This record gives sequence, structure tokens and C-alpha cells, in this order.
Amino acid sequence: MNATIIQAVNDAMHEEMANDDRTLVFGQDVAESGGVFRATEGLKDEFGAERVLDTPLSEIAIVGSAIGLATHGFRPIAEIQFSGFLPPAFDQLVTNASRIRWRTRGELTAPMVVRTPYGAGVRALEHHSESLEGAYSHVPGLKVAIPSTPHDAKGMLISAIRDPDPVLFMEPKRVYRSLREDVPEGTYTEPLGEAAIRREGEAVTVISWGAMMHNTLEAVENLGVDADVIDLRSISPLDRETILESIRKTGRCVVVHEAAKTGGFGGEIIATINDEALMFLEAPVNRVTGFDAPVPLLSMEDYYLPHPPRIEEAIAETVSY
Amino acid sequence: MDNSPQSISSTPIDVAVDSVSQSDVEIETHRVIHPDGSIVADRVPDLDDDEFRDLYRWMLLQRVYDDRATKLQRRGRLGTIASGRGQEASIAGSGYALSRDDWVFPYGREASMLVMHGLSMRDLLLYWRGVEDAARTEGANIFPLSISVGSHVPMAAGKAWGMQLADEDSITFANLGDGATSTGAFHEGMNFAGVLGVPAVFFCLNNQYAISLPFDDQTNAKTVAQKALGYGIEGIRVDGNDVLAVYNAVSTARQRALNGDPVLVEAVTYRRGAHTTSDDPTRYRSDEEVEEWKERDPLNRYQTFLEETDRWDAIDEDAIREEVEREFSEAVDAADAFEERGIEDIFAYLYAELPPELEHQLEEFRELLEERPEMYEYIEQRPKG
Repeated sequence: MNATIIQAVNDAMHEEMANDDRTLVFGQDVAESGGVFRATEGLKDEFGAERVLDTPLSEIAIVGSAIGLATHGFRPIAEIQFSGFLPPAFDQLVTNASRIRWRTRGELTAPMVVRTPYGAGVRALEHHSESLEGAYSHVPGLKVAIPSTPHDAKGMLISAIRDPDPVLFMEPKRVYRSLREDVPEGTYTEPLGEAAIRREGEAVTVISWGAMMHNTLEAVENLGVDADVIDLRSISPLDRETILESIRKTGRCVVVHEAAKTGGFGGEIIATINDEALMFLEAPVNRVTGFDAPVPLLSMEDYYLPHPPRIEEAIAETVSY
Repeated sequence: MDNSPQSISSTPIDVAVDSVSQSDVEIETHRVIHPDGSIVADRVPDLDDDEFRDLYRWMLLQRVYDDRATKLQRRGRLGTIASGRGQEASIAGSGYALSRDDWVFPYGREASMLVMHGLSMRDLLLYWRGVEDAARTEGANIFPLSISVGSHVPMAAGKAWGMQLADEDSITFANLGDGATSTGAFHEGMNFAGVLGVPAVFFCLNNQYAISLPFDDQTNAKTVAQKALGYGIEGIRVDGNDVLAVYNAVSTARQRALNGDPVLVEAVTYRRGAHTTSDDPTRYRSDEEVEEWKERDPLNRYQTFLEETDRWDAIDEDAIREEVEREFSEAVDAADAFEERGIEDIFAYLYAELPPELEHQLEEFRELLEERPEMYEYIEQRPKG
């Protein structure tokens, strides 16, 4: 079927709820209204009110109860309406979800998914545009998956639901409906922790994820540069091998993300390259990021995002270094 | 040796154990003007005729503001907005009971209260256009809107604590929806307020829905007001469509708060519009229900009172409407005339002093915009201020 990311996400949940009756979907507005972005549309009609629930507005309880359910043999899929509202539940992710397996020496586990739309560019209100994936990647025991295409969104979400550990599934809402591609019918999986190579080239490695993946591809296209383009897809666990292999080939690298620069995940990638492939580098690793400022309200938010010209500048600079 | 406990059983016991349940608590819903139009005369607040007229004006201003702002949003001239339609009595009545020295923590629907407390309507419109500058609330004791629901409750408790320490004779007043009463921040903030005995009033506009969630699914408690007991603070329940009742309730709560007894007020009302302009309420509620609440329209209810007490003839509704319409039009013109902002606005005010790295990011960006004007093709031409 030809699908958008939001349809692919919806389809993945339909599949897994049909495949496994331990799967539950809950969060604010997911049942009656089908979710603010309609990601859960139709689920309640198909699977009933016991498995698809509207919850009170309680991020702590949504995520915390998902952990409890998961330790009891269920496969909860919790939705947090916007990632900007995830911080109250950060405590549950850090304190409980990410380390319940470790704390109990494997006795209790939390196979659960927290889905949340993230990122800027949809003219939303305050606290609706955050990109804090770097913070979540810093939590040991928590997986952080970020698809950028409809095909991956479906396959990776199914993997996330089946994953034996907690997965934070961050959906790039700016491209929820702007892209379409053929998505296989039925159940299939795309692995977590494996990057995808979107283009192959010799001159430079460009790494991105989420909505910025598409700005990156556009920039590479505009420049006509012979680039290896890597879509990380998961930032935790990180597919170091794909990155390093590419760097050993190209000797140059640019990382692109929309999150703020300082402490952003780009820094981790650069450190990894320094650790493992410094001697292959022919130029310093460059990065294009959001600014170290909150995403502006809607009248200026488009200035904030790394658009292709900014990415092109960085790539050109790195290639000609 | 068997160390297991002697008895882990589920045998029922029949000794008397006392419990408390919510049926033990009766809370009256305070009313002055009953839905059938009857008036509880001894509850009519001691206001003069101008003040009664003023209250009507603020309610009408709220209605005109909501109608016109919604239209502007539909025409792409405002971003997502939240309307207060149906909640005019709760908003205007509570705002009117406060002092200008009190600090208001708004939640997003209360235009008339904010204007009453010194925010310019221009700034309110600019905020919904996505202009940070408009959240400055110059000269008005108003905090930024609590877009992250409930997150302001502990902050309002802390601000009230500070006001108490500074020996001030005023309170903090936090507006919240019924949805906010489920959040962790709400519970922690209430508890703190109770423990510290701060001069704060928490005003829950129970409009029956948190986006799509009806109140019955929000909590197993029968009322919001009774929750106050769990935090050791006082609770008041009031008909939120009865402007005089709301005025009474908030005046009373304010007085108690000033004495160090924080209060949770529940105003029972109804959000007649959508949650925001991004929401489609037809997906989760019936037309009949909306109609039913339309019958309880707060402006009509108040008009009945004004007529019954021979005050209506002195009110020139057309003139008031014309006046608030004009106020809105002027605010739109002023918002349109707001000076376009530069990119330094993205970085401004984040720290008291711009750190060198931010200075650097700003400079780099400025150069890029000069060198690569095609950047603007990717920057949608939205109103920049």
C-alpha cells in the first residue's frame, strides 16, 4: 500500500494488535478521537475499549503504568501526545523502565513502547516542538528509535513492540503526511539499532535521522556531491559499525540534526568517530544543528530548522577542507 | 525449616473497619441565579450598578474575542487558538473578584480576565501569532500561559509562598482545566500549597472535557472540589455559568487564601467550542449535549438577572458590543503593525547575558542568511511579528 508515516504507524499497530492480544494502546485522546494526529484511528473500533483506552492527562501514570503492565506480561504501547510533554514521565523512564531488568537481575522486564511525535515545523504551540532525543539516548537501558520513512516507521514500530526492552519511539511529525511510499501489506520488521544507507558515495559521509533526513537528502541532491548518506534510524543502540565503515571510505563527515547543538546527539557521533576512526579523517567532522535556544513560536520557527542551504554550506566546507 | 508466614489467606473478616468515602462528603454547588432564572436574593453580591454592567461587558468581550479570534485563525491570521466560549461567566466572574495586585497564572482561554488584569489585546493576539515578545505582559501581573497542562500549579504555590514571605496583601490565582487535575504537577503543587499555607487560589474551570476525555473518565472522584480535602485545603464548588456565583466563590476563596488557607475552586461549566482550533469535537461528543449546554448560556443567565432586578434597561447592549468589537479591531490593527522581528529574537532573553557560543551561532546564521538568500525559500513567509 502507498502510505504516509502516520498511516504506516497506524498500520503497524493494527498488525501487532491483531498478532498479539497482549498488546494494548493507551494515552490521551487515542481511542475516541483516534489521536491528535490520527495515529490510532480505527484501533478502538477493531480491538475494543479494553485494549484501546483514553487515559487522563497524566504523563507520569501513562508511562509508569505501561511499565507495570509490561512486567505483568502485557505489551503496552503508550502514546504521549507531543514529546514536549514527555519530561514529567522522564522520571519513570529513568527510574523504572530503563533499569527494571538490570535491578531485578533479569527477573522483571519492561517490554513496552512509548510513542511520541517530536520535532518542529508544524506551527504548533509552545512545548510542541521539542527534540530532546539526545537526553533520552543518555539513559542506559532505554532504546531510542526514530524512523524517517513510512516503510521504516511500520517495520521499526513492529520491532519496537516486539522488543524485550523499553523503546522510546520518536516520530518526526513534520513529515507525518508529507511523504508517501510503498509499504508492504501485512507484518514485517525493520531492525532497531541498524542504520540505513540512503545513498552511496565516496566524497563525504552525511549522517542524519528523523525529519532532517529529508532536508539532508535534498541538500546532497542540490549540491550534486558524491555522498554516503546514513539514516541512523536508532540513536540508541547506535550502529557504530555503519558509521565507521563509511568514514573509513570517505574520510569526511557531516552530522545533521534539528536538536540544539550543545549536548545534542551529533556530539556523540563525532566522539565515536574520534575514538575509532580519527586517523581516517581528512577533515574535522562538521555538524549542522538547531540553535542552543528553545524552538521559537510559530512566527519564526522556520528560521530555527536546518534547511538545505545550511546543510549544503557545511557539506561543501567539509568536502573542500 | 519452613520459614513461610503462618497465614497468607484471603479469608473474609467481619470486624468493623471504618472507612471514609466520597458519599460522606456533600458539597453544595453555589448558585446565585438558578438555571430557571430564580435568584437567591441574599447571595447577590454587593456591587453597584456600574459594576454589574461592567461584568456584563467583560462577558461580552470574551464572547466577541473568541468569535473573532476563531475567525481570524480560520483565515490563517492566527495560529492555533483555544476559545473560552461557554465559559464567559467563570472567566469574567473570577477575574472580577481579584485585585490588580494578585498574580494570575492563565491557562489559555481567559481573554477577558487577562485584558481586565492589564494585558493588551494586541499582545494576546500576537502571542497566538507565535510572537514571544507578546508574552512580556508588561505592567500586568500575569504569568505566561500554561501550555504544558498543570505545570504551573507548583509554580503558583511557590510564587504565593514568596508573596507571603514578602508580607504582601495579595494572592496567586491559577486557572486550570479539569484535565490538569490528573497531572502529577497538580497533586504536588496542591500538597505544597496546603503544607505551606500559602495565599493561593486554584481555579479549576471544569469544562467537562480534556480534549476528548469526558470528566467521568478523568477521575473517579465525583467532584474536583472534594479533592481539596486530600491536600488539607478548602474546596468550593460553584456553578460556572453563573457569573455572580463565581464572583462570590472567588471573593470568598481569595479572602481565605489571604489568611493562609489556600482554596481549590471548581467552576462547573462547559467548553462549547473545540479544545483548540486543531481539534474536532464532533468526533467525541454529541450535538444534543452541546445544545443542552447552550440552553445554560452564561450571558443569557446573567441577562435574566439584570432584567429581573431592573438593571437591564440601563444597559445598552448594542453600544457595548460596538465598543468591544472596536477594541478587537484596533487590537488586530495594532498587531498587524507590530514591527517585524530579527533573528536575534531567537536568542534574546535566554540568559541574562548572551554566552559567546550563542553569539557565535547568531553571527554564523546572520552571515548565512546574507550569503544564501535562497534560505528564505525554505522559511515560509509567515507573519514575523
